Amino acid sequence: MATVLENVGTKTIEHLDYVGSLNIQLWATLRAMGSALPFLGNRYRWRATVQQMLQIGVDALPMVSLMAICAGFILAMQGASELRRFGALHYVIDLVSVGFTRELGPLLTAIAVSGRSGSSFAAEIGTMKVTEELDSLRVMALEPVEFILAPKYLAALITVPSLSIVSNFCGILAGGLFMFFSTRLAPLLYFRYVLDSIVLRDVVTGLIKSLAFATIIAHVGCLEGFRVRGGPDSVGRSTTNAVVKSTFLVIVADAVFTAIFYLTVKS
Amino acid sequence: MPIISIRDLVVEYDGRRILDGLNLDIEHGETMVLLGGSGSGKSTLLRQILALEHPKSGSVHVKGTDIARCSAAELKTLRRSIGVAFQSAALFNSLSVEDNVALTLREHTRLAPSIVDLVVWMKLVVVGLADFGKLHPQELSGGMKKRAAVARALALGPEILVLDEPSAGLDPIVAAELDELILLLKEAFQMTVIVVTHELPSAFRIADRIAMLYQGRFCSIGTRDEIKASQDPRVQQFLNRIPGNIAKAPAVAAYFEKYVHTPEANA
Repeated sequence: MATVLENVGTKTIEHLDYVGSLNIQLWATLRAMGSALPFLGNRYRWRATVQQMLQIGVDALPMVSLMAICAGFILAMQGASELRRFGALHYVIDLVSVGFTRELGPLLTAIAVSGRSGSSFAAEIGTMKVTEELDSLRVMALEPVEFILAPKYLAALITVPSLSIVSNFCGILAGGLFMFFSTRLAPLLYFRYVLDSIVLRDVVTGLIKSLAFATIIAHVGCLEGFRVRGGPDSVGRSTTNAVVKSTFLVIVADAVFTAIFYLTVKS
Repeated sequence: MPIISIRDLVVEYDGRRILDGLNLDIEHGETMVLLGGSGSGKSTLLRQILALEHPKSGSVHVKGTDIARCSAAELKTLRRSIGVAFQSAALFNSLSVEDNVALTLREHTRLAPSIVDLVVWMKLVVVGLADFGKLHPQELSGGMKKRAAVARALALGPEILVLDEPSAGLDPIVAAELDELILLLKEAFQMTVIVVTHELPSAFRIADRIAMLYQGRFCSIGTRDEIKASQDPRVQQFLNRIPGNIAKAPAVAAYFEKYVHTPEANA
């Protein structure tokens, strides 16, 4: 019994320590973010931010688009098979457009970015730690948080919502293709229905979620990198942890945000 | 007043004492070699001097400032006056050799890009890498990487140059070339140089004074001649390469014979 309690206590302390470290890192990064801004900050840091935006955003564009198109088709087909029985096939448009802008677009994007970039952040920073590059930065009077984390975080804050918008568009487009082939609904009419079914609030809540997901992915990935101890095997573990933890936290955050938005709409 | 003053320095990792009450003064313009076997605490002492870790007790004063207890701004200023070349070189693999050397100049000075390029070229000339600036670290040999790390350490014209195992893993000719480079730097720039090594020929070639570490304590501090003449058995053992605890064949055989008769082995 004592061992069970000890284990529960140890794990609880470990998780609290992790959340505390994430918070400390987040505040340190927010304080250092000014240096990564264009015009106001350091131009080398902004250049690094642009490079990160290309890696996180542009390189992920084909993958995110394809995932969204597939998910759009799946959602439309699954919805149509049920709604057809009630003669409510036109509700597929609402299902796809609201489902994507509020939920699927940001979530699919976050999962894709977590797999691609969260793991890459952990591996990059972990390797830098193993090869003493982080120590090297510190002794050159350069703070790793400002030098490495701030550009990555700013890039994630810009690219993840942008990718979510692309994902929304691709998902809705896939729904339109389905409607065209299954009911011969004209594309322009489809998009008019889409615009009627979604409201600005749906898009804004989706984008707020995207910003939260970007924060989780960037900070979990980087923290896992900074926590690397030992050799290359530790880098491998941190990479896996970055993907697993950030995906888990993204879904938990999604549930929390959805509950908040649901309750605020109800009230 | 010494440029670096270490007083009663105690460092522990998980309750294990690594450095045990060290006292050492390093004077301006002096080349101090920290000599000792593997695990004697040389690299730990270096990390204390660079404020990469905090001591359990005692202090390290660099230019009169307690480096573990000063403000972040003071630490940044102090670190700009210290150039460090790590054992693994710790060059940034994503940057060319030129960009590695230019990094601190771009971050900490307002020099025009053309002047930065000129200073970088001069530093690369000093270490004999003027023709290799465009290459990336992974394209360099071990000796070239170490020299590039020295060039980067020299970029801001530091008062103190710290070299961690500069000749480790290098062939004797390249190691001797690095020794000559260290002597040249000291003569040309009047720097205080701290070198951590366990290579005896290198230590006796470059040192003004040698501090020998044994199990976390200084067992001898003195000039090259004083160290050579030392009657301390630990110094003599190190200088004369006398093996310590090695397994003797009969003892190993006896151990195995005893083991095969234990219930554990026969279970």
